[in-house]
Amino acid sequence: MPVSTGHRRKTLVRLLVNGEEHTLAVPVQRTLLEALRYELGLTGSKQGCDKGDCGACTVLARPRHGSGRGEAILSCITLAQDAQDLAITTIEGLAGPQGLDPLQRAFADCGALQCGFCQPGMMLSARALLDRCPRPDRLQIQEALSGNLCRCTGYTKIYEAVEVAAGVREPASRAPVRSERAAASDQVAHAPKEIAP
Amino acid sequence: MSATDAPKPPGGTRRHPVHEPGNVGARFPKVDGAGKADGSGIYADDIRLPRMLHAKILRSPHANARIRGIDVSEAEKYPGVVATLVGGEMPAKYGVIPWTHDEQALATDHARFVGDEVACVAAVDERAAEEALRLVRVDYEPLPALLTVEDALAHPEIKVNERAKVGNVTKHVELEFGPVDEALAGAAAVCHQVYQYAGSTHAPIEPHCAVARVDGDGNLTVWSSTQIPHYVQRELSRVLGLPQSKVRVIQPLLGGAFGGKSDPFSLEFCAAKLAMKTGRPVKILFTREEVFYAHRGRHPMRMDVKVALDRDGRIAAVDNHIHIDGGAYASFGLVTAYYAGQLLTGPYRFGTYRFDSTRVYTNKPPCGPKRGHGSVQPRFAFEVALDEAAEKLGLDPIEVRRRNFIGEHVETVNGQRITSNGFLKCLDLVEEASGWKERRGKLGRGRGLGVAGSMYISGTAYPVYPNEMPQSGVLVKLDRSGRVTVYSGASDIGQGVNTLLCQICAEEMGCDPRDVTVVAADTDLTPVDLGAYSSRVTFMVGLALREACEKLADKLRAAVAAKMGCAPADVRLELGTAGAPQGAMSFAEASQLAEAAEGATLAATGGYRTKKLGGNYRGGTIGASPAYSFTAHVAEVEVDEETGIWTVHRIWAAHDCGKALNPTLVEGQIEGSVYMGAAEAQMEEMVYDRRGLLFGPSLLDYRIPTSLDTPEIDARIVESEDPNGPYGAKEAGEGPLHPAIPAIANAIHDACGIRIRQLPFYPHRILQLLRERDARGGTATGGGRRPQQRSEEPASPATGGGRRPQQRSGPVA
Repeated sequence: MPVSTGHRRKTLVRLLVNGEEHTLAVPVQRTLLEALRYELGLTGSKQGCDKGDCGACTVLARPRHGSGRGEAILSCITLAQDAQDLAITTIEGLAGPQGLDPLQRAFADCGALQCGFCQPGMMLSARALLDRCPRPDRLQIQEALSGNLCRCTGYTKIYEAVEVAAGVREPASRAPVRSERAAASDQVAHAPKEIAP
Repeated sequence: MSATDAPKPPGGTRRHPVHEPGNVGARFPKVDGAGKADGSGIYADDIRLPRMLHAKILRSPHANARIRGIDVSEAEKYPGVVATLVGGEMPAKYGVIPWTHDEQALATDHARFVGDEVACVAAVDERAAEEALRLVRVDYEPLPALLTVEDALAHPEIKVNERAKVGNVTKHVELEFGPVDEALAGAAAVCHQVYQYAGSTHAPIEPHCAVARVDGDGNLTVWSSTQIPHYVQRELSRVLGLPQSKVRVIQPLLGGAFGGKSDPFSLEFCAAKLAMKTGRPVKILFTREEVFYAHRGRHPMRMDVKVALDRDGRIAAVDNHIHIDGGAYASFGLVTAYYAGQLLTGPYRFGTYRFDSTRVYTNKPPCGPKRGHGSVQPRFAFEVALDEAAEKLGLDPIEVRRRNFIGEHVETVNGQRITSNGFLKCLDLVEEASGWKERRGKLGRGRGLGVAGSMYISGTAYPVYPNEMPQSGVLVKLDRSGRVTVYSGASDIGQGVNTLLCQICAEEMGCDPRDVTVVAADTDLTPVDLGAYSSRVTFMVGLALREACEKLADKLRAAVAAKMGCAPADVRLELGTAGAPQGAMSFAEASQLAEAAEGATLAATGGYRTKKLGGNYRGGTIGASPAYSFTAHVAEVEVDEETGIWTVHRIWAAHDCGKALNPTLVEGQIEGSVYMGAAEAQMEEMVYDRRGLLFGPSLLDYRIPTSLDTPEIDARIVESEDPNGPYGAKEAGEGPLHPAIPAIANAIHDACGIRIRQLPFYPHRILQLLRERDARGGTATGGGRRPQQRSEEPASPATGGGRRPQQRSGPVA
């Protein structure tokens, strides 16, 4: 079966990522996620599905001459060459001169991080939300994060972390409840009868 | 009560009466949290080595086919290709369970499901490897595919997997405890129904990935997204024909597992073999589609269940005939067949019990252990059947569960030893938090509450391969700088065990938990831990570490006491200092004194040694655990009777984890479990077409819940302080999943009077049941229905009859 190798053609792209300008020669079909991870070594952006379903690759993007950090976009379904007019912020660029972003602290403090794989994307989606809506209610948080799948947390502690970062609540602190010794039953084990082959 | 005035339980108690930041019981932030929060943490696919090749695996398009030949000659000529690999180059069979070695890294002569691995190509980049796969010629002879349990049992002449001794049966187990038939015959109420559980998958957000490298001396290193580094090392060694001492497996940060990374996978063998062939590092990263083929998720089960209650509402008999759809390979299936029966015998007392469980090979991706391995499905069936039987007696669902409470420090009907048991407290908490008494029956049309309970193991009493060595070992080194290094083979898969290890060091030695380095899950550097499965890690590695830390703490106290002129018992190690009546010094100074006294590096080891547990019969040790956790859930649902669309608004979940070593992490485990259970009830199913092709192997088509689909989860921690667990701790990662599904099913019944017995609870199934209900002349009203069952009057014969049992509260003595 003949296989075309025409797509091996490379193209030069300019990317502005976390305030740094990069010029890269990449295959034309290189996605922004691949360029970030494999060309620039920014492996904080994760690949969970490579087709825009899971949100682990989320980065923030704004026009190069705009302000703020912009909107959450999916870097796995954005071509690197289509990102040239954007200023990109990845998880590596979320911390500022004062250290970690309040979201990063809150995610760690609240136990919103379990395996941590969805978190870079999750935190960037949350940052986009807080930038446009500093004190979101629970439904606004749920809607803003609905494109970021998490398989570990049941989202509960993620909401809590976003709310803590927004300054609308404190981390959970409910104390465990002690179980008093309960009466033992008069259970008697029956002799088992095995009929296995 | 302090630890000194009472005999110490084997699991130890907390040394300090008050919570100190970072000690056991504290809400200490995860030690790897910063690296996960700033993107600097290294997962398997983040590893890049010089001259690294990328490999891709060719997969079978047939559900069942003889392979007559594989020709890779064209692929080898493709630009960028460096090496190819076929099954004949490493034909040895492997499998996680030593008795069921039935897999090959690449099929040599038989492809057993659509997606089965057939050949592999390594190239300079991923794309070249993928393109070259198209040039591999495989000569298949398609065979009839057996896609259901019924077909697989009906056609023993067609073999899905040659390992099956009888037909296509992986394992058949039949056990009976007590005279079940007699008890059934004499029961006051029997529920006899068939329940069907759909297969679902783990869908961790990180796809499987392995990177292999061989050094100049022939030492193989494999970095893999695995939760069982030790077993992967063993199987790599066997299949590749290398001494185990030449194989090193390292688990980097792991992006979710849930049981889906607890088998050795083809990519580990292929990457390793290709690294050996080429002398270059090789990476294989599964696509999301390939993760679905690798699967090992929840087994579909068909359960024919009888639950019989006596006239007082006590469980007289449980009889369960289970058919398990295993897919093409055994995986942990031998254990699954047992777990499906063995783990059901708490938190309630069974008068008699019988199960007959058959796991069958089919031409589909193999099933295996998904969170709550083997027992989530029978738990669903049983907890709904218990509700159905209790309804016949007019018993409140919570009351019937209280009445059957098995108690503490008892033996179950199948000979498992239960120690602590906080199930009653769990029931109390969810009853109160949900407003069960005040709200149930008054929520209005289409809304309802349902309850369910469960039990789960804290590790298995026996290792997967028989041996007398400890299941978990740790080595702790104490440096003169005051830094503590814990070498632990245990896998942190997101559950946070590395954090707990730091907290245990702080608890025992008084060091700052931030001054603890955990070197984890590296088979060259760390002692063996068997892996993150069966909820064994915190329990077993926790006890092992506590033992090691106690030895070091004794040395610290002795050295400080000698210097200060006091008794060792008077030295207090806490909050980064060593305090004596005469004064205090820093932890680092105490370490220096102890190192001087030792005259050598300060280090100590600890281990978890298997205790003899379980029933005295064949299979009696499977399901035997040093401690069991208990859970109760109440779910609140709303059913739209016009469309069948239903919503689970909230789940209250109370879990007895013995002792929360870190309440934040325990809550996270409860919440994640509830989410995953609710997801199985709501939407998740592995669906195949009639040729065995998986529909929509993507996260979009398979569908896992987003933030908008997930119910509000109210997690409560109950502490029963188990005498055997570390500081009283038991498991928290799997048990809390179980009751979510039956609690939702029971709530749907409470909402609209239908019994849904098949997962997932698709709206069209609900709608069908609503139509059947209406055809029977049932009412469509929600709250306030079934007055005869809730009133103080005896139940009418029309609703199932039986004398109304005496009201009792509290446990049955």
